[in-house]
Amino acid sequence: MQTQERVRVAPLVFRIQSFSKVMGLLREAPLVPLLIIILVVLSASFADVLAPHDPEISVKNASGRPVASYLPPFWMQGGSLATPLGTDFHSRDILSRLLYGARVSLLVGVVGTLVAGALGTLLGILAGYVGGWCDQVIMRITDAWLALPTLIFAIFLASILKPSLWNIIVILALVFWTRYARVIRSQVLSLRERYFVQLAEVNGAGTLRVIWRHLLPNVLNTVMVLFSLTIGVAIIIEASLSFLGVGVPPPTPAWGSMMADGRGPLIAGKWWISVFPGLCIMLLVLATNLLGDWLRVRLDPELRNR
Amino acid sequence: MPTPLLRVSDLRTYFYGFHGQRVVKAVDHVSFTLEAGETLGLVGESGCGKTTTCASLFRLLPPGGQIVGGAIEFDGDDLLQKSPAEMQRMRGRDMAIILQDPMASLNPLFSILDQVAEPAYFHRGLRHRTLWERVRHLLEMVRIPSPEQRMHEYPHQMSGGMRQRIVGGIALAGEPQLIVADEPTTNLDVTIQAQYLNLLKELQRQTGVALLFVTHNLGIVAKMCDRVAVMYAGKIVEQGPVRELFNRPRHPYTESLLKAVPKLGSKAPLYGIPGQPPNLANLPPGCAFAPRCPAVMPRCTTEEPGEYTVAPRHTSRCWLSMQEGEASRCPAEDP
Amino acid sequence: MKQYILRRILYSMVTLWLLTVIVFTAVRFTGDPALLMSDYPGVRPEDLAALRAQWGLDQPYLVQYGVFIGNLVRGNLGTSFQFNMPVLDVYLRRLPNSITLGLAAFLISVAIGIPLGIVSAVRINSRWDSVGKLLALLGLSVPGFFVALLLILLFGVSLGWLPVMGMGQGLWDVRYLIMPAFALGWFSSGSLLRLTRSSMLEVLGSEYVKLARFKGTPERVVIVKHAFRNAMLPVLTLAGLQLVNTINVAVVIEVIFSWPGIGRLMIEGLLSRDFPVVQGVALMAGAMIVGVNLLVDILYAYIDPRIRLMR
Repeated sequence: MQTQERVRVAPLVFRIQSFSKVMGLLREAPLVPLLIIILVVLSASFADVLAPHDPEISVKNASGRPVASYLPPFWMQGGSLATPLGTDFHSRDILSRLLYGARVSLLVGVVGTLVAGALGTLLGILAGYVGGWCDQVIMRITDAWLALPTLIFAIFLASILKPSLWNIIVILALVFWTRYARVIRSQVLSLRERYFVQLAEVNGAGTLRVIWRHLLPNVLNTVMVLFSLTIGVAIIIEASLSFLGVGVPPPTPAWGSMMADGRGPLIAGKWWISVFPGLCIMLLVLATNLLGDWLRVRLDPELRNR
Repeated sequence: MPTPLLRVSDLRTYFYGFHGQRVVKAVDHVSFTLEAGETLGLVGESGCGKTTTCASLFRLLPPGGQIVGGAIEFDGDDLLQKSPAEMQRMRGRDMAIILQDPMASLNPLFSILDQVAEPAYFHRGLRHRTLWERVRHLLEMVRIPSPEQRMHEYPHQMSGGMRQRIVGGIALAGEPQLIVADEPTTNLDVTIQAQYLNLLKELQRQTGVALLFVTHNLGIVAKMCDRVAVMYAGKIVEQGPVRELFNRPRHPYTESLLKAVPKLGSKAPLYGIPGQPPNLANLPPGCAFAPRCPAVMPRCTTEEPGEYTVAPRHTSRCWLSMQEGEASRCPAEDP
Repeated sequence: MKQYILRRILYSMVTLWLLTVIVFTAVRFTGDPALLMSDYPGVRPEDLAALRAQWGLDQPYLVQYGVFIGNLVRGNLGTSFQFNMPVLDVYLRRLPNSITLGLAAFLISVAIGIPLGIVSAVRINSRWDSVGKLLALLGLSVPGFFVALLLILLFGVSLGWLPVMGMGQGLWDVRYLIMPAFALGWFSSGSLLRLTRSSMLEVLGSEYVKLARFKGTPERVVIVKHAFRNAMLPVLTLAGLQLVNTINVAVVIEVIFSWPGIGRLMIEGLLSRDFPVVQGVALMAGAMIVGVNLLVDILYAYIDPRIRLMR
């Protein structure tokens, strides 16, 4: 029937619009945060090429013997350009470790958030659209889950699972899905009353179809904003876990564990081992937050007060 | 003639947006007077500038708004020359306002006593027992039953009609000479509206206060007002005594408004003014009503008409009225 | 209001219960709890057997859960092998330290966040507002433990003014308390600032504030009396929730400053494979949060007359 045709076409057009909307958005995005993110992504992807040394073994000098440990950055006395940002206890090059460390932060942050987002969005849509007892159950679980402090819960999970990159991602996903569920649910609740949804229902569209073709494209905006906002927190949590020694296991370089390594030396005045990775984390999270803020203002109106 | 209580002369209030690139002429060359004890109606569609005119009187404009010209004389004093401190003293004390939404107007966290007492406390210096008496008296005046108990209650415990009456009480608390009522009955149930309007009339009789009544409902104007000013696109297109204006409107817009009022019992199709309300940021040259005017002439689309006096205290801003009266204002645009 | 409070209490109990289910399921899901709980040197088969008996680990899940809840209700969270004491006792001994730290951090974040948020809103788009917005952003983006390290670098190492470890004499030894409290409160300051600012902005744009100005109420009174109190309602709820985040960051801060609180307890437990401690802290932390949320809800009920006067 004609109405059914119209209803089916609209979401498809919507999705094409969504994609070109994303491309258009990127052109308008604030420059500095975007640059920072691109820089980090490039570092992580091309670390093999960019890094002057192997991050996991000590730097050797010309005669093949390990270079001094705790070398300061090149602008300070005793530093050298071969290890521009200094070396740590094991004579490993800080700069190389920073570049490789970006991988962990990005990978864990992005993938973890993606999984959390997918899970949370799905549950949020279910709770909002199906409603009834399904809604109640999911909401109560969400509340209880939220009562567990993120880091403590993450540590708890880390004590049960074996430490590995993928387990950290799982932990992050498990810890963050609730944020998505809550917000998406309330958005779906209001969407549910809108005409195009009711029209689809009246035309006999099943639950799955309505969810897939109508609800999802419309919550996409919110999901994108939430995503950019929670990525920062995920990165910090991962760094915290690594810092505490329950994150990605050594010798894989991670910014958080670098900061932990540098804690002792810091007290003795050797600040570079902790401060550089800290700056990296700060800049990356700053960039994602700024981007997220800008996205929120741009895409509004659902998330005005978070 | 004694000095009118309020004389607005050539008031211009513009809104600047997008770093000054967009100018909305919300109030454009508006002039009217209000005598003590008189009721003047301000009528027009949404967005015609009625509310901005009221805000301009109090000099409390939303961000982006600015009074760029004209004069507002209250009891002989030009309000535009006053300092912020002086204006603040006048608000609530000499002029008061009743806003449209009674629930939103009252602070949910404070008692009725607290909120009604404020103007009397700050402007008339009443304290303690005298203050309490005054609040009780005010609540009685606006016909709130058992005022001694009610004054300790909170807004959410009152009905809509009661809340709006309390807002009326707040307006009277400072003993003002002028009350501006910005669509006070629009959010009330129809059955309550008549009660409220009667109350306002009674209060006016008791206190002698002048009333500037903003509404889009001509029926209310007929009932409440002595004179009425009709606004369109930021300008007053016609103003005059209510009887005369309703019987013999001079401006085509006024005529259309009157025609649009549905008549009880008639089965005739409803009349709607054709076209769209104007975009105040982008007005066409000439008369702003020209695109929708049933009596439009070629001159209307190129030159703005002046304000012509067609009868005592009755003016009309239309080329059609030019012959009937003499020009009382020059139809010049700002350079 | 009574009904409202009763409903909130009931609701909290349900949440608590769900919490235990989540923890219980998580543990059982990933392996043999007995092994987890007895992964320390010198463990003997008899200990394993005793553990299984105490927690009913060879019974079906439902019974296990019953035993679990039964133990919890009686305050039995297991025994720590590090300290050879019941977990609950260890927890309670360390709790005051964390509470001190948390309270100090809370006070700092309120003292910084709320006034700045108000000023930011009242003087919107001014220099104060730019400072406020910048601080809020930094609070959100700079991890607390980085702040901690920087503070140590500056005040502990370079300037040598403050000690960098431990708690000092008594609970409120300011020299030891100030750096960790500041690092801990850092994130909350940013959040509170943000929320206070947006809440104030919303209230300042409301009709009743508009009317208050039309009434000629002095601006000072408009802001303090009308705007502030209404704006504080959502801020209060957030302040209670900030506690959650404080506990998060507290773990790391306590480790950095060697502060003997429950966060550090949990990490010690993790590193020594003292599982009962880890589980115990997780459960107790969750319970505390539920409790605090309940208190905040009750407090809210007293402040907002719309709720106070309900049935």
